[in-house]
Amino acid sequence: MKCFIGIDLGSTTTKAVILDENLSELGHGITNSRSNYDIASAVAKQEAIVNARMNLVEQSLSDFPELSGRLEKILDSLERSFRLEQFMESLADLEMVCRNNAVGERFKGFEQGMAEALIETFRKLRMEAPELFAPGAKRKSDFFRDIAGSRYLSIGETVAQEAGLAFDLMLNVYDRSIIEVENRITGENLEEMILSALGRALKEFTELSGVSVQVEGAVKDALKIELEETYVVGTGYGRARLPFSKEHIRSEILCHGLGAHVMYPKTLTVLDIGGQDTKAIQVDDVGIVDSFQMNDRCAAGCGRYLGYIADEMNMGLHELGPMAMKATRTVRINSTCTVFAGAELRDRLALGEKREDILSGLHRAIILRAMSLLSRSGGIRDEFTFTGGVANNEAAVDALKSLVKENYGEVTINIDPGSIYTGALGAATFAQRAV
Amino acid sequence: MPKKTTPTVIKEESMEIQKKMIAENFRQLYDAPKSGKKVVSTFVPGNLNELLMCFDFARNLPEINALQNGMRKKTGRMIMEAERAGHSEDVCTYVKADLGMMAQGNIGPTGEVLPTPDLLLLSYTGCFTFMKWFELVREQYKCETAMLHVPYQGDGVVTKNMRDYVVKQLKQEIIPTLERVSGVKFDIDRLRQYLRESAKAEEDLVWVLQSAKNKPSPIDAYFGGVYYVGPIFSSFRGSEGAATYYEMLRKEVEERLRQGKGPITPEGEMPEEKYRLVVEGPPNWTHFREFWKMFYEEGAVVVASSYTKVGGVYDFGFRHDPDNPIETLADYCLGCYTNLNLPHRADMLAQYVEEYEADGLLINSIKSCNSFSAGQLLLLREVEKRTGKPGAFIETDLVDPRYFSAANVKNRLESYFQMIKQKREGSVALGVAA
Repeated sequence: MKCFIGIDLGSTTTKAVILDENLSELGHGITNSRSNYDIASAVAKQEAIVNARMNLVEQSLSDFPELSGRLEKILDSLERSFRLEQFMESLADLEMVCRNNAVGERFKGFEQGMAEALIETFRKLRMEAPELFAPGAKRKSDFFRDIAGSRYLSIGETVAQEAGLAFDLMLNVYDRSIIEVENRITGENLEEMILSALGRALKEFTELSGVSVQVEGAVKDALKIELEETYVVGTGYGRARLPFSKEHIRSEILCHGLGAHVMYPKTLTVLDIGGQDTKAIQVDDVGIVDSFQMNDRCAAGCGRYLGYIADEMNMGLHELGPMAMKATRTVRINSTCTVFAGAELRDRLALGEKREDILSGLHRAIILRAMSLLSRSGGIRDEFTFTGGVANNEAAVDALKSLVKENYGEVTINIDPGSIYTGALGAATFAQRAV
Repeated sequence: MPKKTTPTVIKEESMEIQKKMIAENFRQLYDAPKSGKKVVSTFVPGNLNELLMCFDFARNLPEINALQNGMRKKTGRMIMEAERAGHSEDVCTYVKADLGMMAQGNIGPTGEVLPTPDLLLLSYTGCFTFMKWFELVREQYKCETAMLHVPYQGDGVVTKNMRDYVVKQLKQEIIPTLERVSGVKFDIDRLRQYLRESAKAEEDLVWVLQSAKNKPSPIDAYFGGVYYVGPIFSSFRGSEGAATYYEMLRKEVEERLRQGKGPITPEGEMPEEKYRLVVEGPPNWTHFREFWKMFYEEGAVVVASSYTKVGGVYDFGFRHDPDNPIETLADYCLGCYTNLNLPHRADMLAQYVEEYEADGLLINSIKSCNSFSAGQLLLLREVEKRTGKPGAFIETDLVDPRYFSAANVKNRLESYFQMIKQKREGSVALGVAA
């Protein structure tokens, strides 16, 4: 099968989308942008391939009448089982690297203690891993670095304490090792991993033992479909670092414009709030950019602003929106500088303002910046599509909706749940059109 | 690590001569205390160079000093120095570079001490900051100041009244002051002779700038253009040297045109002209080469720019007229690009996009320039509307290196070029898709 791949190397995350010849999406994937862009794009692409494989598996299984009504559960089980296996593989790698790294001047006299502490920490990590991927389990992030990191720190601290070791030795060895592990591409035997995950998943559904051979056969067939990498287009801040020639690279402004058009063909104005930049884009009726404005010199009003605020408040990035939604009033916050906003935040807290009310103000501040860019790019035209990581934040969306209404009246606002993939989707569409 | 080598910069012969001329002018300034030559400081837009030559003044142009220092990466420290003295971050960076340079001993771009001027001559042509700038400088030099007030073309026309008003000032205020400070009697025939030279140079300059109407354009009318306008915008307009320079430049460009060659860049011939742009706003000087590279690497040529008109708009027919020597100076000042109102500027830019068959208008907005940044987005919209060609907006600064964000500028430029390309291919390749 011919595949057209778009890769969007963002400052925070790297996204990939795979399209077929008819511009139907086969799969998408995301990973954290590491310092190594080559790896980030390879991993995002691999994640998109996993997703595409899973979708193909779903298609082939949907033909079995015996699975009807259970298909969703089976697929969920298959996916969790696969993710667990992938996690265990990286965990084993991390353990090995940590143990190799726990030597040298710094660890002198503690070698034995460190080795034991690491064995114990990783034993516990392995033990609790299935719980992380249990049905309905909520993970703060889907990236190995985040999941393994937070659990390692928590378990490692107790283990170190019990062994009488300084925790920063554990910390040091982790920091050095995670980068090494993260910069390796794992899961070369993807098909095998999916098959063994299927085996485990099917065991949970004993009533299906009669058709398991046929099911496995269908899955094997789905895995055999060749995903031929016909054309790849890269975009995003790291695009110059992609190992592609110039013809394979497009500006993210063009990709976001086209991506938004593909998602919502009536789009005329696009707002994208990403990690380090905000783009206001006007597109024509075929998705080609007419004009655009971007933030310059300052990242206040971008996703990083929220990241900074989350750090200041000691909260997770994803917790900000829900908390802001609980606000009963919106505190006015200056929006000109990220760092000043931090100072203002502490000042407001000291004055006894509620966290949720302050957060509501901060979300509004971001959107106010975006409104200024939008008006500079030519205003908001109907339909208006909001994309980028911040579009997943309900408080930001809320603030945007009310400010759009205030300034432009009734406008159709499109927000796709997968809007973080807009740039990659646009790039993949360019890839398909390039051939 | 491999040893870093400095790439050889390719320059045209005219560029070398131009460089020598500028160096000679600095020499004259540095030597003024010894030679006894009187020194005048004056600004580029609306400069009365031919008149000043009649009184044997050495001419010092503060913006040229600032941009020359900027290109030599010296302005960062000068600006910090001015900020230490209390000037805010948002003040025009030409002003701060100048004040910082003075605070550091007034050492000019080529490394010697600039003289204290005997006179500050302000031709006020649309930039309010110029007036404040000289006010600050006067405090330090304690020298005489003369101001020629040029009425702003608010309604887009030069009336007889406006012209008479400038002529009257020239006759009653400026010329007597110049006579007094220099000790030289005014000779109108000498002025006529200089004006004759000016007109010759202007004729050739216009030919050179308009050669960009050809495809491919033999010149870059912005990055190359700033070299071309150097002599005529500064202390050489009216001199025989300038006339010779432009004659030679014209021949050089004629030859390039004959051979069907594109512009010369610091890395040699530009192999292919992919995009033709009109640019509004001055270039960034601290990263001039890096900035230029972002264009020529992508095959983008600037075919017309408003910046190469700030020291005089000649392409709509104006030439210095030796038969009406004082009146022509008035007309020159009144017609400077900086003295034009927004509708007039929009007309001019839209006309450029059309006449030079450009792909669109690019605005390089100067962060520390409040007078000319105001209204630039309106200009962009207006020109887009009239020409149907897409425009783009970037922001840098004149000489504050802190304001040049290469990644941002490059990102926007690349997006703009790709946008033009997509638009061009648009209806053909994408019309039926999605």
